[in-house]
Amino acid sequence: MSIDMAQFHQVFFEESFEGLDAMESGLLNLDMGDVDDEVINTIFRAAHSIKGGSGTFGFTAVSDFTHVMETLLDEMRDGRRQVTQAAVNVLLGSVDCLREMLTAIQDDSDIDVETVSEHQQALEKELAQGGGALAQPVEVAAEVVEESVDPGASPGWEIAFSPHLGMLRTGNDPVRIFRELSELGDLEVTVDFRGMPSLNEIEPEDCHLSWKLILKGDVQESEINDIFDWVEDECDMAISPLRDENGDYIEAQAIDVEPVVEAVKQQPTPVAAKADAPTDVNKTTKPTVKSDSKSKDNKSSGSIRVDTSKIDTLINMVGELVITQSMLSLVGEHFEINKLDQLKNGLSQLERHTRELQESVMNIRMLPISFVFSRFPRLVHDLSTKLGKKIDLKLVGEQTEVDKTVVELLSDPLVHLVRNSLDHGIEMPAERLAAGKPENGTVILEAYHRGGNIVIEVVDDGKGLDKEKLRAKAIEKGLIEEDAILTDKQTYELIFMPGFSTAEQLTDVSGRGVGMDVVRRNIQTLGGNIEIISELGKGSTISIHLPLTLAILDGQSIAVGDERFIVPLGSIIESLNITDDQVNKVAGKGETFLLRDEYLPIVRMHEIFQVESAQRTNLMDGLVVVVEGQGVRCGLFVDDLLGQQQVVIKSLEANYRKVEGVSGATILGDGSVALILDIPGLVRLSNQ
Amino acid sequence: MTNETVTTGSVEQFLTFELESEVYGLEILKVQEIRGWEPVRDIPNTPDYIKGALNLRGAIVPIVDLRERFNMTKTDYSPVTVVIVLCVENESGKHVMGIVADAVSDVLDIKLNEIKDSPNLGSKIDTRYMRGMYVTGEKLVMLLNVDKLLDPNEFEGLEGF
Repeated sequence: MSIDMAQFHQVFFEESFEGLDAMESGLLNLDMGDVDDEVINTIFRAAHSIKGGSGTFGFTAVSDFTHVMETLLDEMRDGRRQVTQAAVNVLLGSVDCLREMLTAIQDDSDIDVETVSEHQQALEKELAQGGGALAQPVEVAAEVVEESVDPGASPGWEIAFSPHLGMLRTGNDPVRIFRELSELGDLEVTVDFRGMPSLNEIEPEDCHLSWKLILKGDVQESEINDIFDWVEDECDMAISPLRDENGDYIEAQAIDVEPVVEAVKQQPTPVAAKADAPTDVNKTTKPTVKSDSKSKDNKSSGSIRVDTSKIDTLINMVGELVITQSMLSLVGEHFEINKLDQLKNGLSQLERHTRELQESVMNIRMLPISFVFSRFPRLVHDLSTKLGKKIDLKLVGEQTEVDKTVVELLSDPLVHLVRNSLDHGIEMPAERLAAGKPENGTVILEAYHRGGNIVIEVVDDGKGLDKEKLRAKAIEKGLIEEDAILTDKQTYELIFMPGFSTAEQLTDVSGRGVGMDVVRRNIQTLGGNIEIISELGKGSTISIHLPLTLAILDGQSIAVGDERFIVPLGSIIESLNITDDQVNKVAGKGETFLLRDEYLPIVRMHEIFQVESAQRTNLMDGLVVVVEGQGVRCGLFVDDLLGQQQVVIKSLEANYRKVEGVSGATILGDGSVALILDIPGLVRLSNQ
Repeated sequence: MTNETVTTGSVEQFLTFELESEVYGLEILKVQEIRGWEPVRDIPNTPDYIKGALNLRGAIVPIVDLRERFNMTKTDYSPVTVVIVLCVENESGKHVMGIVADAVSDVLDIKLNEIKDSPNLGSKIDTRYMRGMYVTGEKLVMLLNVDKLLDPNEFEGLEGF
């Protein structure tokens, strides 16, 4: 049977990356003094799955590399090696390396062989050092292993292999294993069917057989282990060297397999194997379930992991919808006027279900923000070591859900902000103590919902922003005039200007002054904004406000003649009637009006969009909507405000092209199209 | 387009429609649907022949008036005015667009080797958007290259046809 393995690659990569994340967080959580076995087990299992998977798909570089990691982890797991910070660091490095390798394979590019061998050597060196103090009895066990590994000593191997009942269900076929073994040397297979129940009790999917295998030839034990890799956790097996001269040894084993299994087997210990079994069964069954839907997907299309409960809700709702639909069609078939109430009821139900359905479909795109946050413990760990600072990271509100696109685009800006906080915000331990602060600095990453927005805050208790310094720097760089009067807020916003960096000394962490303006631009392309509050000596808070989803927007619909436009509600500051005496003309042309000490340009919508049907051309008759976009304010002159509504954003570019001043289109309740205004674009347009 | 590479006898179907009593044709496989005229939403700062955007079951579809595109006299839209919704493919990708025509007339099976090259009509008339010509009975059908005609990047500066 030949299967196109490529269709499972995507699943393998996803699982591997998840595994790597699990390993990483596990490693970071390891407490040197008191090592939690469960944590080590988790790390080991992840490494093991990656090794197994990559072996199956023929990514030998990955499986070889993981094998070394696994060996190291296995010794830690068995308590034969003490967990040291050095070892953890080497392992962390290997996790990174593995991630790079997998990414390279995924992108069909070449693996950086040098880095890989570097890490592999580091691992092997760590392995060779033999860790810390070894417990005495374990050492003996290790020697036994070594002895049995000795290739020259045995002309062959005897393998006692008794699968657990459920092994066949996980898709493992003993015949495949035997076939592979027979490629290594002469194989004799003896089946033991004493475990078979009678025919009427038999469950055909259970495996009641066990085997005794004798493999003759110059074979390494590890080669055999590799073949049994997949079923390791789903069988009891023992491998022992075949000794012709020692007949009774073989005899003893042949008679009673089980005790020998317990006695001879060293890795993994049967207890551990049993403990692992349930979780691993889950892991191996998962890909088969998922591949059904995934295999049809285009290679380039991104996939998303969705909580099953969300899907269940969706299915329930579709069920309800179908019921309502059949009810309605029944009413419609023989409609009489006395059924009007029934019809109205049905329609209102339909409306409710459609709305719920819409909500839950949107919900599917929502991911917990922990997808972004989870990388920060590692980042902070690495950076604080590098910078010689002591920093505690707190994550709050990791379960807050955001649209998938937002999650993806948020990650880079956030990394930048956290790096900045660590590098420029938090002081060195000595400096902190001198300032009367705790030695350990704190960085808090927090996410929460507020209104239709999600707010993400990066809070640090570092030295804060120095307004005077910011000002001096901005003047020095020629970003502001020397006599410019700035509010506190405006001063802090200076750091978002291109080419601004206050770090006295550039580090390789941050400080090249290319960051913050990019951060702000990224956030703005997501339709959000970013603010800074800071207190000198106490710390800074950077808040990012983002819309929950990019597909739906709160809009204010406005009328200009017969045309309808949507202004994003978030960009409206206020709407007002103005009188002639508020209006000034600059050079007889550009109109501005005075709003609380600020002169704002007036953008006449009917002029820049050439709306012929516009009735109100006198500023007194219409309304001025004050809007703000990317730091630019202006007053839009419109005929009327209509109403607020949530609109679904549709692309105008899909079938047409970009239109200046318009960011997209939407469909109004009556089925007609309305264009969504792009405020910065409008300002640009009116300046032309 | 030349016909030399086309194997003799292969047949394509063309939908023909009328503009100012002239007959035009386009490949029927490009046609997605034909619908009556309904009011559309104006798209600002676009050439006059872009009538606006239509909501086609949730997709925003621009509508092009071919009379205006070809600098013919404008007419008022009547109940028989049709919008032919096409799916065109060009360098900028796949687009769904509608064209306004006076009326849809017929579907013709045209042998490709019977398509004549569009004649050189002098520099005043642009034949870039023509695929060729076909004579049926007494009528001359101008076959359009809609992929080129409806390329959003070509919407500026079309002077004559």
